[in-house]
Amino acid sequence: MLTVNDIHVYYDNIHAIKGVSFDVKEGEIVTLIGANGAGKSTILKTVSGLLKPRRGEIRFLDEPIVSVAPHKLVSKGLAHCAEGRRLFLQMTVEENLEIGAYTRDSGEIEDSIADVYDRFPRLAERRRQHAGSLSGGEQQMLAMGRAIMSKPRLLMLDEPSMGLAPILVEQIFDIIAELNASGTTILLVEQNAQMALSVAKRGYVLETGRILTAAASADLLNDDLVKKAYLGGA
Amino acid sequence: MAFLSYLISGISLGSIYAIIALGYTMVYGIAKMLNFAHGDVIMVGGYMAYMATTEFGWSPLPSTLFAMAVCTLLGVLIEQFAYKPLRRAPSLAVLITAIGVSYFLQNAALLLWSANPKSFTSVVPFGTLRLFDGRLIISGTAMFTIIICIVIIVGLSAIVHRTKVGKAMRAVSEDRDAAQLMGVSVNRTISTTFAIGSALAAIAGVLLSSAYPILMPTSGAMPGIKAFTAAVFGGIGSIPGAFLGGILLGIIEILGKAYISTQLSDAIVFAVLIIILLVKPTGLLGRKVLVKV
Repeated sequence: MLTVNDIHVYYDNIHAIKGVSFDVKEGEIVTLIGANGAGKSTILKTVSGLLKPRRGEIRFLDEPIVSVAPHKLVSKGLAHCAEGRRLFLQMTVEENLEIGAYTRDSGEIEDSIADVYDRFPRLAERRRQHAGSLSGGEQQMLAMGRAIMSKPRLLMLDEPSMGLAPILVEQIFDIIAELNASGTTILLVEQNAQMALSVAKRGYVLETGRILTAAASADLLNDDLVKKAYLGGA
Repeated sequence: MAFLSYLISGISLGSIYAIIALGYTMVYGIAKMLNFAHGDVIMVGGYMAYMATTEFGWSPLPSTLFAMAVCTLLGVLIEQFAYKPLRRAPSLAVLITAIGVSYFLQNAALLLWSANPKSFTSVVPFGTLRLFDGRLIISGTAMFTIIICIVIIVGLSAIVHRTKVGKAMRAVSEDRDAAQLMGVSVNRTISTTFAIGSALAAIAGVLLSSAYPILMPTSGAMPGIKAFTAAVFGGIGSIPGAFLGGILLGIIEILGKAYISTQLSDAIVFAVLIIILLVKPTGLLGRKVLVKV
């Protein structure tokens, strides 16, 4: 579904991503794990078109997408739930969901809004409130709800567990598994490697702009190197 | 009674400032730039309506619509050719370009219509209203201007809050990258904003020329600066702020002229602006951007 082939991304003269390749197949959950500054968010931004790679190729659904504008990728079925949630804080919960479905006909979004409220009942209670007045957990739910409003085939999630209490983290990961079970392919970026690998089928370990290892989640969970670096000791 | 009549003149002048300020504030909110050529688009609107009425012999409504169409196109073209290539440039470069566009429009007008003032025929469809045995006189222009301003503010609020385009505008205004990730085209949204702002500038040009019927290539400059002040006064980026700022500015200007000094009225307006900004740097209705991580 998504193939990233040897991309190099620069911030001015800083070589942030140094030849990264990976792929995501239809129906999978794939995770990119790695420390702060490893380049995880940069990779997602490059896939969604906000950043342009200097070299390398990205194919989504067998089409090259490097030169496609970010807003056009949304209607092709790519959704990127960005780091820090990036909600429209001055808009209401429902308006955030509506804008999430910007690429779809306005006639068919009511069912999708109902579906999001079904998954996240807390959002239904707060539908008329400004997104800025929500708690951190509610904001994360809204960010995910908004991302699925475009009916994506591939959903990219950047640090959905960031800043959340452990119980909320579990809830969020349950929802990720549910979304995947209902047919959405997921590319998950996480610092919480333990949780990410528990839900993903495969993982890539990223370090300073390069891929260190790639393996099935179960193998990565047992890998000594990964354990030491990302899972909090032996 | 005299006070009431000054107040109405102030609200009427303020309505024109408000209509212009809406263009400034929308462009600032969405494209994050100060379009100093906005005032000159008003002037172009005035000349277009003037040409339509005097040279083509059209009646006021089609003339105004013609001016709006030309200004909309002009606004979109200015954005396309002058500002869009600078989307990632430092804001100072954009500001200087805007001043350049402003001079370009003034000089183009000088070339096309010469420096001789044209006298504009008012488009206002109703006459003067006399109340209380003629002690309170409200000009047709004043009433008409206030009504148009109210219609515009109601219409614009409806667009911004109820339509898909309006939601896209608010989304781009708050977070450009996040809006793109929703599938919103930033370029098209900015273009639409310039189109709306410039159409409003044309209306302001027609109303201004009806109230002060002398049309010159520099006619738009001073009202443009004052309306920009009004937008800052109300809190730049805020639509209700532009409305409030415009009306208050008009009232302060007229009352200052009437009761303090005709020559000092502009100085009074700017003095009030400075005081407001000292007390509330974001303007009356402007808000600090809340960032929650």
